[in-house]
Amino acid sequence: MSTQARERPSEAGEDAPQPAADVRLEGVRKSFGDVVAVDGVDLEIDQGEFFSLLGPSGSGKTTLLRIIAGFERPDDGTVWLADVDVTNKAPFDRDVNTVFQDYALFPHMSISENVEYGLKVKGVGKQERRSRAEEALQMVRLPGYGKRKPSQLSGGQRQRVALARAIVNRPRVLLLDEPLGALDLKLREEMQIELKRIQQEVGITFVYVTHDQEEALTMSDRLAVFNNGLIEQIAAPADVYERPATEFVAGFVGVSNVLEREGQRFVVRPEKIRILEQGEEPYAGAHVESGQVRDVVYVGMVTRYIVDLEAGGQLTVVRQNLETSSQDVLEARGAQVRLEWRPEQTYEIGERGQMEEDE
Amino acid sequence: MASVTYTQPPPRRSPGRRFAAFLYRHPRVQLSLLLATPLGWLVIAYLGSLAVLFLAAFWRLDPFTADIVKDPGLQNFQTLLDNPVYREITIRTVKIAAAVTITDAILAFPIAYYMARVATPRVRNLLVVLILMPLWSSYLVKVYAWRVILQEDGILNWALGPFGLHGPGFGEIAMWLVFSYLWLPYMILPLYAGLERIPDSLLEASGDLGARAGRTFRTIVLPLALPAVVAGSIFTFSLTLGDFITPNLVSSVQFIGNVVYANVGVANNLPLAAAFATVPVLIMIAYLLLAKRLGAFESL
Repeated sequence: MSTQARERPSEAGEDAPQPAADVRLEGVRKSFGDVVAVDGVDLEIDQGEFFSLLGPSGSGKTTLLRIIAGFERPDDGTVWLADVDVTNKAPFDRDVNTVFQDYALFPHMSISENVEYGLKVKGVGKQERRSRAEEALQMVRLPGYGKRKPSQLSGGQRQRVALARAIVNRPRVLLLDEPLGALDLKLREEMQIELKRIQQEVGITFVYVTHDQEEALTMSDRLAVFNNGLIEQIAAPADVYERPATEFVAGFVGVSNVLEREGQRFVVRPEKIRILEQGEEPYAGAHVESGQVRDVVYVGMVTRYIVDLEAGGQLTVVRQNLETSSQDVLEARGAQVRLEWRPEQTYEIGERGQMEEDE
Repeated sequence: MASVTYTQPPPRRSPGRRFAAFLYRHPRVQLSLLLATPLGWLVIAYLGSLAVLFLAAFWRLDPFTADIVKDPGLQNFQTLLDNPVYREITIRTVKIAAAVTITDAILAFPIAYYMARVATPRVRNLLVVLILMPLWSSYLVKVYAWRVILQEDGILNWALGPFGLHGPGFGEIAMWLVFSYLWLPYMILPLYAGLERIPDSLLEASGDLGARAGRTFRTIVLPLALPAVVAGSIFTFSLTLGDFITPNLVSSVQFIGNVVYANVGVANNLPLAAAFATVPVLIMIAYLLLAKRLGAFESL
């Protein structure tokens, strides 16, 4: 799945309609009053893909999801679901289902009534409804919870019910709007793995909105990074991380380690930088710079060093705490150090607007 | 950097402070001080008068001396059951109270829905003021205004005359109209509050799962708004049940309230009035139990 995703070029500009595309957006634009939420987005999401819309709040990712679901109508542009133009179709006429951020479980219905709701509306018989709902609850690891009310479940359990209520309809595309946002870290990490497992099990296309870059990197086959209503980059997680297309992507996905040398701007990831020991020779061909450690942040597994470079600029360096103790690392504050990195591990970045899909 | 030490003055031991500290250590004393006044009022003035009412219902009037005899018996209730006039009045009162409640619920729903889910905040505030406005004027003025509308040479007949139609005049229909008008705000406001509490995402989720607007209304909005409808209906139903002024002014038929009024004032039969006054209380208790049975208070 990930290799297939990686083969896809990150430019969405090609015009040939792809028969496999489950969701296709063309020039989608939406504004609320004076605020432009989505400013002309082209996007293609493949069948069976786990696709994330990543961006800070207010970047337009949720609005775009709501446009795909049909809760908002775009001012301009076209929405295709499996080669059917659904731009003017109501939510109930679209073969998509949504997992809401606040779960939106019906409080007056039991769990099984909630899960069966979509099937009941479509006129599926009682017997089949029962078994499919139970199957869906089984899939989200809540078998036998059908008789309870939503108020009797914990946040994590409600989240699973919301998921079951959506996938039981076997939609073509499942839309998830920051579904793990309200859960604590531990539960969130568990659910990330769970969601990925379920997605692979049912083979439905997932479109996943999140502002958490780690979540997007962990789960997605591909992701689109949003900023100010525009897509800055569409690529596989590794590509987005290692070859950010713009300075914004570099900063939002990971730590913004941007330097300007001889008129070129480039990014170098903190874990690719090595702090040289006293008198240690750098690798042949490595780029070496010296500077002063301004701050040291001990984070348990690793330590972050913030280094002011003599040639200008600032870098964050991450080092694993293999043999050092917190005492040792904190003493490094203020020390003069030399840093080295391989030139091939730096990536030149352009300004926003050089990307083809934005223009 | 030179270190500076701050000296803090010791807290003053004023009586107020000591009292506050005492209350902090004794939360029960604090609670009883807080609730003493309202609880005292509730028990003595409110429950006390109810208790006297119930007691008086079992007393009787000596037919010769017209004195109240305070030995308990069921003869008042026997009179109410045996005399078909009282039964008829009770049924009429409940029937009109029910009709008023249903009318108000039907009228209030679209307005409340519009206020809660469609209107801009400006329009919504304007509507709240408009709906509350009739409550600022006197009850009597409003009922007399309806008299002017409904009377034989009134506005209604003047407007309907050219079409060869005639208004309902004074009577049960007039009562139903006036009561529905009087208590409508008491239905709109709780319903508006109830509808506003339903999150948008629930309606979106219903549509997302394939339900059209009609089905979403039936299966999501209506059940979730039911407690609010019941809350409003408690107002409209009980206010109609206990009224005696409107029946007096726009009809010539009697309500439970009119009988109570006549027995207290004219006939001076306080025990019978008290017995009849317990009937609406019993009806309301039955109504609330039924509402509870229907699950109206569950999703609150």
